[in-house]
Amino acid sequence: MIWAWIPRNGALILGLLGQHLVLSLLPVIVGLVLAVPLGWLANRSRAARAILIPAAGVLYTVPSLVLFIVLPVILGTKILDPINVVVALAVYTVALLVRSVADALAAVPSLVVAAATAMGFRPGRRFVAVEFPLAVPVLVAGLRVATVSNISLVSVGALIGVGGLGQLFTQGFNNNFPTEVVVGIVLSMVLALFADALLVTLGRVATPWSRVGAGRPA
Amino acid sequence: MNLGAWFTDPANWTGPGGVPTRLLEHLYYSGLALVIGILIAVPIGAAVGHTGRGGFLVVGIANWLRSLPDLGLLILLVLLVGISLISVTVALLVLAIPPLLAGTYAGVANVDRSVVDAARGVGMRERDILLRVELPNALPLLLGGLRAAALQVIATTAIAAIASFGGLGRYLIDGQAYRDYTEMAAGAVLIAVLALVVEGVLAGVQRLVVSPGLRAVDTRIRPPAEPANDPTSPAPTDRSSHEMAGVNS
Amino acid sequence: MRRTLIALATATVAALTLAACGGGGGGGPLDSGPSAGAPSPSDTIKIGSANFSESQVLAAVYAQALQAKGVKVEQTPPLGSREAYIPAIKDGSIDLIPEYTGVLLQYLDKTATQSSSAEVYAALQKTLPAPLIVLEKSSAEDKDAVVVPKAVAQRYNASSLEDIAPHCGELAFGGPPEFQKRPDGIPGIQKIYNCSFKSYLSLDAGGPLTLEALKEGKVEAADLFTTSPNIETNQLVALSDPKNNFAAQNVVPLINSAKATDQVKQVLNSISAKLTTEGLIELNRQLDSPQKPDPNTVAKTWLGQNGLG
Repeated sequence: MIWAWIPRNGALILGLLGQHLVLSLLPVIVGLVLAVPLGWLANRSRAARAILIPAAGVLYTVPSLVLFIVLPVILGTKILDPINVVVALAVYTVALLVRSVADALAAVPSLVVAAATAMGFRPGRRFVAVEFPLAVPVLVAGLRVATVSNISLVSVGALIGVGGLGQLFTQGFNNNFPTEVVVGIVLSMVLALFADALLVTLGRVATPWSRVGAGRPA
Repeated sequence: MNLGAWFTDPANWTGPGGVPTRLLEHLYYSGLALVIGILIAVPIGAAVGHTGRGGFLVVGIANWLRSLPDLGLLILLVLLVGISLISVTVALLVLAIPPLLAGTYAGVANVDRSVVDAARGVGMRERDILLRVELPNALPLLLGGLRAAALQVIATTAIAAIASFGGLGRYLIDGQAYRDYTEMAAGAVLIAVLALVVEGVLAGVQRLVVSPGLRAVDTRIRPPAEPANDPTSPAPTDRSSHEMAGVNS
Repeated sequence: MRRTLIALATATVAALTLAACGGGGGGGPLDSGPSAGAPSPSDTIKIGSANFSESQVLAAVYAQALQAKGVKVEQTPPLGSREAYIPAIKDGSIDLIPEYTGVLLQYLDKTATQSSSAEVYAALQKTLPAPLIVLEKSSAEDKDAVVVPKAVAQRYNASSLEDIAPHCGELAFGGPPEFQKRPDGIPGIQKIYNCSFKSYLSLDAGGPLTLEALKEGKVEAADLFTTSPNIETNQLVALSDPKNNFAAQNVVPLINSAKATDQVKQVLNSISAKLTTEGLIELNRQLDSPQKPDPNTVAKTWLGQNGLG
């Protein structure tokens, strides 16, 4: 390990880290935004569930590198455009989260839904104020998996020339320089663990009722 | 870009660069890693799930291993160890073990306690309880973990082509090198089809092997009953529990 | 519900802030290159390089020499392959990058078969799309060579491709994936020398993978580059190419003609004049050393030694 290499290339490393962050987080946000209505649909209608869940399963099965390569053909983008990575990872995130959202909404006790309706909540408000918040824990679990796996998959994008920490891997490989590869691995893991911890905290903040009974007054 | 022409060209189906050879290479690397992974992860996961001790550690290690980037790990191993079966197998193992471990542990730990009690009540020994009661009941989650691991391994074997290994990934990497996008797309299709076929086969195995009594159980994901307080409760943080939901859908 | 919204809002803001701080430095990850589309102010030259150290040190040499003459330069982070940086130099994301005549010509025209220095250079000048031009080529070449371990060379008493041709069928060959299809790669070797290797292993472009394969005996012949210090240090022999199969690979600056002012041309041409193949080998030897020195430092030393710093 050549430690001196790290401060010498601080700007490069930080730049790649920033790129990596955006390339992993953007798909998660996009994926979440798309998955919530799709999951709600799958929960509402058996027919939708029968189509959406297996379709999601198939999409998730396709390996990432394959999706990075096939998407340019479908989307008409250039093969090295980072958009391919963002779209591919968004597809994965949607595929993963649709099932999460559907099951999470299905797990909301029907008594609670009935009570909310009885209180006068209209369906829209009821979804936003009652059903969705109760679905948050399971959703956060799905988000954690999606985020950690996206962070790892973005580095595969380096094989098609997309930026991010993966560049440290390909460059370290070309120059026979394990130090660079190790830095990339460590940063990638730190990023993943940090994002995971952040999501756990956000999940707890968003569900104060789950902490009631642990000794704190409501 | 003429995929049809590529697939109907007999030259692409014969010889060391042909589809059958590449497919067998791919299955060899993936299969080897999966078998070794099962031999390592299932006993550990089962033991920890059965005794209930060390669950936190197992889940923690599985999560930590899951955050390792596959490409980086493969490259590091090749740089340090060389181009040998060991580098690619270790890299694949590191990716296969977390889902297998988490799935086995979650499966065994989540077996209905009353069932285990009943087994103890009839006088079964601990080892018999594990083998004849807990493991069969744990099959849905265990096989879910196996499916997740299989997909991970197939996907990463494709990447191994950058380190000169064979397998279907060769079409992706070589095609990219001489800018033959048809070959790249053909490789992509082949790998996707392989992944889907393997997933289908394992789903079929799951249907065959899992006891009919278990299949009737509602396996949809529920919010964890005791979230933050119980560190040993396997929260559904891994893909295997999501896969489990696919058993009945 | 309020808490949920607050949590979501905080998360989004935090994520975007972090990304902006880091991503801003890298010029936005959704661009296919450094600040794609924005042409630099007319007096700054953006110098790019590829993912390997020889390209990086050459870019550093260009950068420092130009700076010494008062030209404003900006060095961009290394870009990947030609698919990434040729579009970048076309759209103005970078202005200058060190290149090699043969492979650049191959990239622009897959059917090109020229092999002599002069022919390749002339064909390149004709094929380059505006506004790209190449300046004067250097005599320094980073050429392909078929390399065998000393023991193999001795076994067949071979010092050239001609000598080894009758025995090729006994040797496993390793090289970059594209070498299998390049006109001066396997097809050329077969045609010109009647040499067909036993098998082909796709490795990397003269990098650690190829070296490793040779050392481990996975292949007995491989494609390495003539400026690699590894040939000498690893008991390898580069077979000579008397029938000129391999295309010339002279180092040449690829530049956007809009930025090629007389002063810039003069500086870059003087570098090309002073650069030799032996000089490149020495540069690579320094870059390869275990301390992995910064290409900028190595470049500075070279410039000092050649009176251009």
